Amino acid sequence: MDNRKINDIEKYKKRVHLMFSELDIKAALREINALAPELIITELITSGLRGRGGAGFPTGKKWEMVSEAEGTEKYIVCNADEGEPGTFKDREILQKQAAKVLLGMTACSKAVGARKGFIYLRGEYSYMRKDLSAQIEAFHKLLNDFKIDFSIELRMGSGAYVCGEETSLLESLEGRRGEARNKPPYPVTEGFMGKPTVVNNVETLVYAVYIILEGTDSFIQMGTKSSRGAKVFCVSGDTPVPGIYELELGMKLSDFVDLFGDDDTKAVQVGGVSGYCVPRKNFSKTIIGFEGVPTGGSMMLFNSSRSMYNVLHDYLEFFSEESCGQCTPCRIGCQQLLKGIEQVKRGTKHSSYLDNLREIAETMSIASKCGLGQSVAHPFISTTDYFKEEIIY
Amino acid sequence: MNTDIQEIISKTGTERNRLLPVMQEVISRNNYLSETAMRDIAKAFDISAAEVYGVATFYSFIDVSRLGRNVIRICKTISCDLKGKTDIINAIEKHLRIKLGETTPDQKFTFLQTNCIGWCHQSPAMIINDKVYTELTPEKAIVALEEWE
Amino acid sequence: MQDKVHITINSKEFDVDKDLTILDAARINGINIPTLCHHADLGIAGNCRMCLVDISGSHLLQPACATVVTEGVEIQTNTRRVRQTRKELISLLMSEHDTNCLRCPKNGNCELQDLAAEYGVDGNDYIQLSADYTIDISSPAIIKDDSKCIRCQRCVRTCEELQGVNALAVVNKGGELRISTFLDKPLHYVVCTNCGQCVNRCPTGALTEKNYVADVWNAIDDPSKHVVVQTAPAVRIALGESLGYPAGERVTGKMVSALRGLGFDKVFDTNFTADLTIMEEGTELLMRLKHALTGEGKSHGALPQFSSCSPGWIKYLEHEYPDLLNHLSTCKSPQQMFGTLAKTYYADIAGIDPADITVVSIMPCTAKKFEAQRPEMTDSGFRDVDYVLTTRELGHMIKEAGIDFDSLEDSSCDSLLGAHTGAAVLFGATGGVMEAALRTAWEIVTGREIPFTNLDVTPVRGMAGVKSAAIKIENALPAWSFLEGVELKVAVAHGLANVKTVLQLMKKGEADYHFIEFMACPGGCLGGGGQPIRTTPEIRQSRMDAVYAEDNALPIRKSHLNPEVLHIYKDFLGEPCGEKSHHLLHTSYTARGKY
Repeated sequence: MDNRKINDIEKYKKRVHLMFSELDIKAALREINALAPELIITELITSGLRGRGGAGFPTGKKWEMVSEAEGTEKYIVCNADEGEPGTFKDREILQKQAAKVLLGMTACSKAVGARKGFIYLRGEYSYMRKDLSAQIEAFHKLLNDFKIDFSIELRMGSGAYVCGEETSLLESLEGRRGEARNKPPYPVTEGFMGKPTVVNNVETLVYAVYIILEGTDSFIQMGTKSSRGAKVFCVSGDTPVPGIYELELGMKLSDFVDLFGDDDTKAVQVGGVSGYCVPRKNFSKTIIGFEGVPTGGSMMLFNSSRSMYNVLHDYLEFFSEESCGQCTPCRIGCQQLLKGIEQVKRGTKHSSYLDNLREIAETMSIASKCGLGQSVAHPFISTTDYFKEEIIY
Repeated sequence: MNTDIQEIISKTGTERNRLLPVMQEVISRNNYLSETAMRDIAKAFDISAAEVYGVATFYSFIDVSRLGRNVIRICKTISCDLKGKTDIINAIEKHLRIKLGETTPDQKFTFLQTNCIGWCHQSPAMIINDKVYTELTPEKAIVALEEWE
Repeated sequence: MQDKVHITINSKEFDVDKDLTILDAARINGINIPTLCHHADLGIAGNCRMCLVDISGSHLLQPACATVVTEGVEIQTNTRRVRQTRKELISLLMSEHDTNCLRCPKNGNCELQDLAAEYGVDGNDYIQLSADYTIDISSPAIIKDDSKCIRCQRCVRTCEELQGVNALAVVNKGGELRISTFLDKPLHYVVCTNCGQCVNRCPTGALTEKNYVADVWNAIDDPSKHVVVQTAPAVRIALGESLGYPAGERVTGKMVSALRGLGFDKVFDTNFTADLTIMEEGTELLMRLKHALTGEGKSHGALPQFSSCSPGWIKYLEHEYPDLLNHLSTCKSPQQMFGTLAKTYYADIAGIDPADITVVSIMPCTAKKFEAQRPEMTDSGFRDVDYVLTTRELGHMIKEAGIDFDSLEDSSCDSLLGAHTGAAVLFGATGGVMEAALRTAWEIVTGREIPFTNLDVTPVRGMAGVKSAAIKIENALPAWSFLEGVELKVAVAHGLANVKTVLQLMKKGEADYHFIEFMACPGGCLGGGGQPIRTTPEIRQSRMDAVYAEDNALPIRKSHLNPEVLHIYKDFLGEPCGEKSHHLLHTSYTARGKY
């Protein structure tokens, strides 16, 4: 690790330490338990917290919708199916601050009136299972002490990226193939077993706890108007300081590259393989956040030694395998894009065939059933836009 | 019915939403779902065997053909690719004298690739059974193999 | 107006029921939206994406089949991006599809081909994603060709929702996703009942019946063969659809003429053996009742007695509930009774060596192809039925022979195995076997006609999935005095999912019926897996109306009054369920694995 770089990062004005700070869980639970559900929801809405998994739906609004949904049987699902390449924050949070996540789920259960919650942990993290189960058990004792009628069950995924999509996750949780559902209805009205369900990312739940305990003011002071608060970033690729860093949202990508780059960064893939490729020339005009380029945490840096053809090929291979395959545009589109760039590269298709491929990508973005297929166009179009030469030659 | 499955089901029950946990438990004991296991699960859950097979084949970590005692899954996704997973693969293939996707003749190892396992900052990475190995070099990878019986 | 919402489609305003999908709302108002995975009989999948439309305020296109109308929604079905997206989707599907349409059995009746033509897509826009698919020809009834599959999952939903069998499932994911069976075993080695409902709903040529037309032409063209043909009751009310007539058109007389035109030596009728089945199965029921109520006579099986005409249903029971096989009537199906009699009774009278007789069946059914090949179906000393063609295959033969069907005169079947009653025709519809059996059994027991206006046993008619009736027996004839005061309870179920419901009730002891008619296919044989494609609830209703009209139009409507049936008992069989019948007309069953 580059100590000078680390030092710069620690001194950076938008560097924060909320996620991994110490917290007296018992005291926090006591405080949360004393709050009125409406108050929790109001606080969250005021805070402007948006989902940290990538899609960015307002968290308070989601909780409100479930609290207002008809029926008494409701569920909380913590989405720990962290499959987006370049993302590893949820693992770190659950390894280091699981109690905060459980606290967040409990706050949510109180706000919406749920008695049962699930953590859906990706199968790739099965080594965490034992420890997490023990923490859940300990937490259940605490809940019992406070006579809180809420329980949390740990469920494992089994290797399927698409299950990070919330309706796919619910299908999987119900014991089926993780194929996305038609929306509407959304999980807030028909989720797990058809009951109103909050599905929140691991990180989101912890920030919710922070807001509920600390109030909205300090959270609102961080970030920007449409991207309040901070975020845990996962830095990988060509960087001297790979790892996890909590930073305020809304920073310029050029600042980010200054801090984390290796002085030779030619592109950053913001938001994982389903995110956007930003080339060097756009670093200074790109804001990391919902008003610019959003990310679920993944920040992958590429330096000039990298072939963007190989990078894009990697992505497309990933999508071809990880698409659930049920809908036409995504199942076939991913394969066509992959085979298409291969043939353009080999010269068996003319370079103008890239335009046909872009049409496929655009169709996928408006015609696919779920976020997976809809987002393949992001890396495809941005990478072929900015690195066309590398793709062709 | 297979006693293993009977025992697993006695703990989980046979509500449909327990299907994955049951499969996962079988996998953790046997590394794969055998034809008999799938039939038994189908019977217990009162669903068709085809349906069990359909669910199983959706998930990369649920295998329906026999694997070795230890399963190596090396990450093939972008960060690990950038940081030299190919060298690691070559080293392991050479050491075990098998190709990706194959099982050693003594059934000790099956060598598979998998998509991102969430260790991009410490790539290249692999999982053997449920232990993670990160920042691999060809040498470290071979040492890792020696941990397993 | 509370149940209506106000919507706009293509700038026209409509008030529609609030729970309609956009697709239904559009279709009701004459606006066509193309579909592939959608099917009127099945749940919503929303996976082909053909029905995408533009909705105000949405960047994403929305699937019309899966989106319910909301107040004030503005829908556009014909924007530039909608058209381009559809075109793109068809291109993509074609790139995954074996586009050698001329070699496809569904050439000319393929929903993907139709759309490709409508949208001017030739299938050459993108890289052909050819995979090495093997064609599964293991089943004697159904061929599965994955190279033609568009993954719409209609077949999977059919097998699950309508049939409760789940022999087919979606396996793998991503580019590897396929429709397959347990461990990708050939269809013949899994729980498939050969019902062919998936074939009826497959939009392309991925699932088709195994075609025996060439074998039949060979037999017809072979001068040493005496080729006789039988047609099932449900063929005559649906064949017209294959030849350009609207659903529900009865073409019985023309069909007989066409069969003669094709060169069959004798044109007989499965209806004859349907009447015979009633005699045998009705007698068997009375014997089971007698044994159950008086302890007299030998046991002929358990009550309730299950009907045994539907080979899909039989295979289902053999797989799923082998412990209930003793409830099945031992009567062969009418098709198989016919085969046996053609090569014994008829051969004898006509003086033809049965070895030279080829029996061809025209059936609304794919499972009949399997039934004819069951090893036990050789009581004549030969394969009782040689070839089974579906209604669809007969339609092809008629076209291939250049017969101008419309101009044909009506004609009647040949005698000996050709006479039939209205009761036999009823076999084509759900509840028909029951109605025919009741008309006869009631009269045997009481000496009077069954007390329903015009003999129409309405409680067992109609499309309800499970139907039941109870009739109290009064003033029984002396021979049947043990039935006096007994309330005869019967039930009818069609579509294997409904069958399963009844069997599960029975297992719980909540189905105390005496006789249950089970049919594998929705609607009974009229909705069989060998009927003209396509099928919808409306089409099946039209066919059902035709069945009852056909029954009503016949002079004799009770099986026990069929003169040729009376004749065969007198001259050949002796008595119903007698020794000869037992040998030739009854059969046994095989317990099969559940998976």
